[in-house]
Amino acid sequence: MLTALILLPVAAAIVVALIPGRRREIHLPLGIALSVMPLALAGYLFWVFEPAAGFQYVVDVPWYEPWGIAWNLGVDGISLPMVVLTTLLVPIALAASTTITNRTKEFVMYTLLLEAGMIGAFLALDLFLFFVFFEAMLIPMYFIIGIWGTERRIYAAVKFFIYTAFGSALMLAAIIGLALTYASQEGSASFALSDLAGLDLSVGTERMFFAAFAIAFAIKVPLFPFHTWLPDAHVEAPTAGSVLLAAVLLKLGTYGLLRFNLSLFPDASVDAIPIMAILAVVGIIYGAVVAIVQPDLKKLVAYSSVSHLGFIVLGTFALTSGGLQGAVIQNVNHGLTTGALFLLVGMIYDRRHTKKIADFGGLQKTVPLLAGFFLFMTFASIGLPGLNGFVGEFLVLIGSYPALPSFTVIAALGVVLAAIYLLWAYERVFTGVPDKEENSVLSDLSGREIALLVPIAVLIVVIGLYPKLLLDKITPSTEAVLDRIVEQTDYTMPEPGRIGDVFVAGDE
Amino acid sequence: MADFVWLVIALPLAGAVFLHFFGKYVKEPLSGWMASAAIGGAFVLAAIAAVPFIQGGGEPVTISLWEWMPAIGANFELLWDPLAALMALIVTGVGTLIHVFAIGYMHGDERFHRFFTNLNLFAASMLTLVLAGNYAMLFLGWELVGLCSYLLIGFWYTRTTASAAAKKAFIVNRIGDFGFMIGLMLVFTVFGTLSFAGIFERAGQELTSGMATAIGLLFLVGATGKSAQIPLYVWLPDAMEGPTPVSALIHAATMVTAGVYVIARSAPIYEFTPVASTVVASVGALTAIWAASIALAQRDIKKVLAYSTISQLGFMFLAIGARAYVAGVFHLMTHAFFKALLFLGAGSVIHAMSDEQDMHRMGGLMRKMPLTATTMAIGALALAGIPPLAGFWSKDEILAADFARGGWFYVLWIIGLVTALLTAFYIARLWVLVFYGEPRWQEDAHPHESPRVMTLPLIALAFLSVVGGLVNTPFRLGLEHFLEPSFEGVHIQEAPTDWLTLGILAALSILAAVVGVGAGVLAYRRPPERWRRFEESFEPLWGTWELAYGVDDLYGRTLVLPGRRLAEAAAFSVDAKGVDGAVNGVGRLVRGAGDWARPLQTGFVRNYGVLFLAGALVVVVWLVASG
Repeated sequence: MLTALILLPVAAAIVVALIPGRRREIHLPLGIALSVMPLALAGYLFWVFEPAAGFQYVVDVPWYEPWGIAWNLGVDGISLPMVVLTTLLVPIALAASTTITNRTKEFVMYTLLLEAGMIGAFLALDLFLFFVFFEAMLIPMYFIIGIWGTERRIYAAVKFFIYTAFGSALMLAAIIGLALTYASQEGSASFALSDLAGLDLSVGTERMFFAAFAIAFAIKVPLFPFHTWLPDAHVEAPTAGSVLLAAVLLKLGTYGLLRFNLSLFPDASVDAIPIMAILAVVGIIYGAVVAIVQPDLKKLVAYSSVSHLGFIVLGTFALTSGGLQGAVIQNVNHGLTTGALFLLVGMIYDRRHTKKIADFGGLQKTVPLLAGFFLFMTFASIGLPGLNGFVGEFLVLIGSYPALPSFTVIAALGVVLAAIYLLWAYERVFTGVPDKEENSVLSDLSGREIALLVPIAVLIVVIGLYPKLLLDKITPSTEAVLDRIVEQTDYTMPEPGRIGDVFVAGDE
Repeated sequence: MADFVWLVIALPLAGAVFLHFFGKYVKEPLSGWMASAAIGGAFVLAAIAAVPFIQGGGEPVTISLWEWMPAIGANFELLWDPLAALMALIVTGVGTLIHVFAIGYMHGDERFHRFFTNLNLFAASMLTLVLAGNYAMLFLGWELVGLCSYLLIGFWYTRTTASAAAKKAFIVNRIGDFGFMIGLMLVFTVFGTLSFAGIFERAGQELTSGMATAIGLLFLVGATGKSAQIPLYVWLPDAMEGPTPVSALIHAATMVTAGVYVIARSAPIYEFTPVASTVVASVGALTAIWAASIALAQRDIKKVLAYSTISQLGFMFLAIGARAYVAGVFHLMTHAFFKALLFLGAGSVIHAMSDEQDMHRMGGLMRKMPLTATTMAIGALALAGIPPLAGFWSKDEILAADFARGGWFYVLWIIGLVTALLTAFYIARLWVLVFYGEPRWQEDAHPHESPRVMTLPLIALAFLSVVGGLVNTPFRLGLEHFLEPSFEGVHIQEAPTDWLTLGILAALSILAAVVGVGAGVLAYRRPPERWRRFEESFEPLWGTWELAYGVDDLYGRTLVLPGRRLAEAAAFSVDAKGVDGAVNGVGRLVRGAGDWARPLQTGFVRNYGVLFLAGALVVVVWLVASG
């Protein structure tokens, strides 16, 4: 089933490829229709998933036996939500791309191939396979930004590519290093996560490999100071590119840290807690502060991502139940809210052909529905309780505090700053009287646009009020990660409710 | 038995949801009546569920609804106890009257149904706050009322001042929330849960006094935001940009009392920290006199009432900080009656004067709108603390409790007494300036009495302002008995029990009220030149008060502007030039190196792949060799 999940988008891309280029009006609708299939399959997977069963629907077919490389896939509570999110957002991103009129066919194909790469990366349990998917995604994204982007698209695409490739090279080196170590210790070759996770590494080597993986993922997240590719990529990318970039691609960074760094290098992970926490907190505050004064609406949302993803990294490295659950659910939440915000910015751009905040004003008067959705997503992003963002942030903050009190306190400032940059932006764009001629003649959301936003809005409310739906699936997997770390290292998890222990386990 | 109390929240919520999606199909007054019915129904249900407590036999019950974030002990659960019941009755009772009033007030507004959507949503949020069974759910309500406040302050969004005020309110509240959230982190760390039941039972075993103080002070930070106390009160005067029923409901009667409620609810924690309690009381006293002095000199009728609200909230803090929780909650209730009345009365006046809010341009309105004038007079006297109106009993009880506490609280008691005098003065000034003397209207003003739908709520609130105080008098401590189950195991500061002390204290309170009212009336019943000269004789103090001590300006210069400069420096210097500049510098360096390596670049992906792998292998060999 998991193989099918990866191959469906590929097949869809091939089908689209077979349609002659001159029938351009068909490509996009066909792509949307076909991309619903993976969504249906992922939905089914979500339905039948057994929370307690660990990795399931495992596929393990040798691929290149001499090196021990295998087509090894599996899904657990950490990857499942991401797969569903990916399959949900691809049709939405495609359907938001009606303004793309040149080379539509290629655009649809690249997006579908991107989807295959993303799903593969989330499902891969073989490190080499993971790497292949991780890299394969770059190519379609590179073209999506480079071909259908705005003015400085080439600069942004190249920057995006070089940055990520740099991290990938480090990671590849570490992956090969791990495999070689395994071969020398066990006498057989393997790239399987389960095999490599059991390796006995010297402290120095483990730390070095950890660092290689961490840098690769830190670039992806992105963590300060590796973040500067992100605003450029977002600003130049077409709407679909921004949505998928923010909602899914960045999550490979946080997902990778959780999946690979924590399980492959438990000792180094525990040792790295202070460093990762500092990077996370710096990202939260720095991203938010920089977002406040951005003159470009899309850039503002991009920087807000830097801030929000810091929470996920903080929750991950707090190594507590609440922190990890919050991190995983926040992966989904950020994908939904920021994805939706990028959709909305795109819709505004389609109407006004500008993203400069100063060009707007009073839009609530002319496009009340759009304004309403924007405000809704704004509050989801600010972390208003009752909506999804709060569940993730609150779990991360409350859950991380017993482990990392001072970092968490600083991180909480990000919640205040989020209100400042988003509400100020809303005020400038939407309130007041539309005093510019161009702003007073805009048309409100079309039925198609509403149809794109409503499913996201519904999920935001559902997760906000009834996160059990996700948490039930997530929790056994995050607990398993924690158990392994507690088992393999001398880390003791803080147990809230016992004053004595709290401050011992606490601030590093 | 009280299993159905979730309906108390669900009813107004359903009203909000319905009006949100279908409100535009419902004709004007009907959507208002539907919203009123929703909250009125909630009042009836709350009253039914409260019967056991009134009879004196009810036990607090916790009602679990569904799981939310079990990892941190935060689920959807309600706590139905006398304190929750009282708050729910105030919110729905006063809320219903204000909903009805708004049907008249908002008449003709093009977003009429949207207004009632938000008003119903507010009611549901506020009820969530007061019925919550744990701190996470309380925080849910806490933030949602903040959202509704944001939406309703900025309701007339084309006014830039309204939008700015809405944003300011939300952000300033968020600053308070920052403290509140850290308090919640501490609570979770200490207790391993956020549930009231789990926390209050074990408070004695788990809390050190240092920890209790930390939590108590952090909760106070949150409370100063929501309840507009020093130093975070600055959003409330601006919040008057919202329609007046909003000011009455949210920014006087209900939402702003949330901070008082949280501290009263957390009494089992404050039990272990006299330090934090004393700070609560001191902040309250300081805020009370600070805001009252500002209220003296305001010309805008709503600004007087806004600063008055801040000041009266200070009184409530003064009470709960002295551990006179019942007195604090009592004043919360009576204040809800008479301040809602005063705001609605002001709304009636503003409505009649075609949106005029400057009291210098009013005067003599008693003849044009006798009903509004009479009911507002009752509200004013209740606020001033004239017996036997509601405000007298609750304010007197607070002052008596502070006196009985002694020590530092003698100082706070004196501050409270002076504030009572100022209060009586400024509210008398307000009433006389608006209703008495010669008309000072603009030519195009045609004042008239408001329609029945607006005056009936005024009459109802006036009635409550008269008799509301009788629920808890030294002769019959009804409210105290009613609330007993909610404060079990908590020491409550009582007023003095001997009648002589009590009598002297009451006499002093009455004296302050009478002198204040008398002075106010005498000063302002004279012609305008005379009271203008009277005000000028207080310069430069009067000007300072009128400008509210320039605090907004101070915050702007010391916090907002430097903050913005910092953000600009971070964004345009550090990020764009520093971090990104370094990245591009590296890029140029590499390109330079690439020039001599150009022959290697064949343009085939395959070759890149080989080179890429080769490079990676070199790194690996080095890693393994050195590891």
